[in-house]
Amino acid sequence: MRIFIQGAGCVSAQDSGVFPGEIRRYEGDRLPVADPDYKQWIDIKQIRRMGRAIKMGVAASHMSLEAAGFPNPDAIIMGTAYGCLADTGVFLQKMVSQHEDMLTPTAFIQSTHNTVAGQIALLLGCHAYNNTFVHGAFSFENALQDSLLLLAEDPSRQILTGATDEITEYSHTILRRFGLYRQAVSAGEGAAFFVLSAEKGATSLAQLTAVEMLYRPASEKETADQLAAFLLRNGVQPGGLSLVLTGRNGDEGNDAYYATVERSLFGDTPIAAFKPFCGEYPTATAFAVWMAAGCLNRGVVPQEAMVKGAAPAQPERILIWNHHHGKHHSFILLEKC
Amino acid sequence: MMQGSVWIAGGGVISGIGRNLDECMASFEAMRPGMAYMQHLHSSHAGTFPVVEVKASNEELAALAGMPAHWSRTALLSRIAVQEAWNASGLGSISDYRVGFVSANTVGGMDKTEDFMAAFLADPAKGKLRQVVHHECGAVTDLVADAMGIRHHVSTSTACSSGANALMYGARMIRAGMLDVVIAGGTDALTRFTLNGFNTLMILDQQNCRPFDDTRTGLNLGEGAGYVVLVSDAVAANIRPWCRLAGFANANDAYHQTASSPDGTGNFLAMKGALEMGGLQPEDVGYINLHGTGTQNNDSSEGLAITRLFEKGVPPASSTKSFTGHTLGASGGIEAVFSAWALREGIIYPNANFSVQMKELAFSPVTAFSRGNDLRNVMSNSFGFGGNCSSLVFSKE
Repeated sequence: MRIFIQGAGCVSAQDSGVFPGEIRRYEGDRLPVADPDYKQWIDIKQIRRMGRAIKMGVAASHMSLEAAGFPNPDAIIMGTAYGCLADTGVFLQKMVSQHEDMLTPTAFIQSTHNTVAGQIALLLGCHAYNNTFVHGAFSFENALQDSLLLLAEDPSRQILTGATDEITEYSHTILRRFGLYRQAVSAGEGAAFFVLSAEKGATSLAQLTAVEMLYRPASEKETADQLAAFLLRNGVQPGGLSLVLTGRNGDEGNDAYYATVERSLFGDTPIAAFKPFCGEYPTATAFAVWMAAGCLNRGVVPQEAMVKGAAPAQPERILIWNHHHGKHHSFILLEKC
Repeated sequence: MMQGSVWIAGGGVISGIGRNLDECMASFEAMRPGMAYMQHLHSSHAGTFPVVEVKASNEELAALAGMPAHWSRTALLSRIAVQEAWNASGLGSISDYRVGFVSANTVGGMDKTEDFMAAFLADPAKGKLRQVVHHECGAVTDLVADAMGIRHHVSTSTACSSGANALMYGARMIRAGMLDVVIAGGTDALTRFTLNGFNTLMILDQQNCRPFDDTRTGLNLGEGAGYVVLVSDAVAANIRPWCRLAGFANANDAYHQTASSPDGTGNFLAMKGALEMGGLQPEDVGYINLHGTGTQNNDSSEGLAITRLFEKGVPPASSTKSFTGHTLGASGGIEAVFSAWALREGIIYPNANFSVQMKELAFSPVTAFSRGNDLRNVMSNSFGFGGNCSSLVFSKE
């Protein structure tokens, strides 16, 4: 069975709409988001009370449903590593500074990680399967895998899947103290959603062939072996890829891992990176899927994305490979449709 | 592609009524709910709200778990229950199988983050970073996966119904042939964050909670962890499994971010879906382990949805939260263990503190512990914020 991306929506540091448009460049260790006009999808009174993770998620999900021309998904499945950090921070700050006294419920209600998927269901009046995965750099990947399983179980379904994560002052300060941005790494945030189904239609952007996660590989060699096996299982030779779109983020050690595996596996295959456009965050692979689907659909890869080789014209197959501290690896294979 | 059955090879649980399944059973049999004023969590509400703490300090839990005592209590509880579940399965070495781990929790390492915040808020350069290193929900799962030597698949889902969602996801990965064995369930430690959050919603009872009683005024928060070991047909052939996970469904109420719809639309759809997947009729169910938090809204919605689905008669039903409190992300896992064990042993659990019949319902919960019941199918309900509703059905064969 083949699975197609029928519609996509993205809120990120780049303009919404199918990638690549005009590329926005930023300086500093925190990329801002090019916010769309949220009033299109959310009541203005609600917007003021909503954290960014919720707003971005609701907006991206609506964009993807509109693009697919499908308002009633048969499942809503998403990933978020940090959940609704802004509301969590507000509630924590008040709880501590007010000594657990005179607290109000709004921030707590909106702090729970499944708020976004719940809000999307509420706005759509959707009673279908609803699940939220919260597992660092596996969050979006599990949402994708759950979606592929649901489609294998019943190919007639239309599935809304995606991810959202936000940066807050607190989280940025804490992650900076961990030394995450000591090198040329920029923090990012954003949301990307997709409508998936098993039937190719007029709006289909790309084929989502497979997703796989690899937890704690012992060495670069194990990663290379697992990656090669993943490609072969899906009928692709490592040399048959048009592009490898990696999660290079500017951290030397992190990026060297990609280079080591690429040398043993990919030869002359062009290599690109997506995090210069969206920043580093655990669910950035959702942005990468949006970017890759756009590249496959338009037949163009922006030269600015290239790490090695020339940008391929009319790409046929793109592998997204991301890792988080060498511990959580994910492989996502997309093909032209 | 999707084929075969998924079996429960064993289960493990730690809760406020016992550090393992045997101790929990003894508490049910002796009608000994676990509510008390808190001993381990520090909160200005300590003398106001009874809670159902696991009766052990972090140091004691760390020794049981074989983990450092400064790690999140959520991870310590998880490891203890996972190990018991694995031992109960009789499967031997984890490295002999393709084992996945799907765990649920709602606030990850929040118990440590909230300790961090006082120093951090006074000065953003202060606060011990080791207190926030496991803040993410998934980080807690990774710690336990690493301690168990699980490599093939780790994931974390969230919501108060997510312990049940973990079982569903695990079962579906087995049926798709991706894994042979999945340890699935959930964990959550008590935190000031959730205690204060539920307090702002005004749904915490200052007395012991009274699920499905007309005088109920809220829930008691609890903590703990519960996991089952799910296995494929091929693995089950070599052991004596407890029972089979015959049906499950996840539906959304799509009514309100925290409240249930008055008629329990999502609850109804989840229960109905689980029965349909199992090829069962409502009258095939011998016992329902209720979600039954003890809030006005939750119990009324669940009760009315049950009345509608079980129109020919409601089977014996009880809320074990009247003993364990609401353990949030852990509850679906803990109650899955209780439900699977009930089926194997013919046990029906009592609902504590019931005295006044709910006006809107024609049925009332079971109030006495009993063994020797001829149960063929048991249902377990888990509902949560965000309209998330999940039901599981366990079957003897």
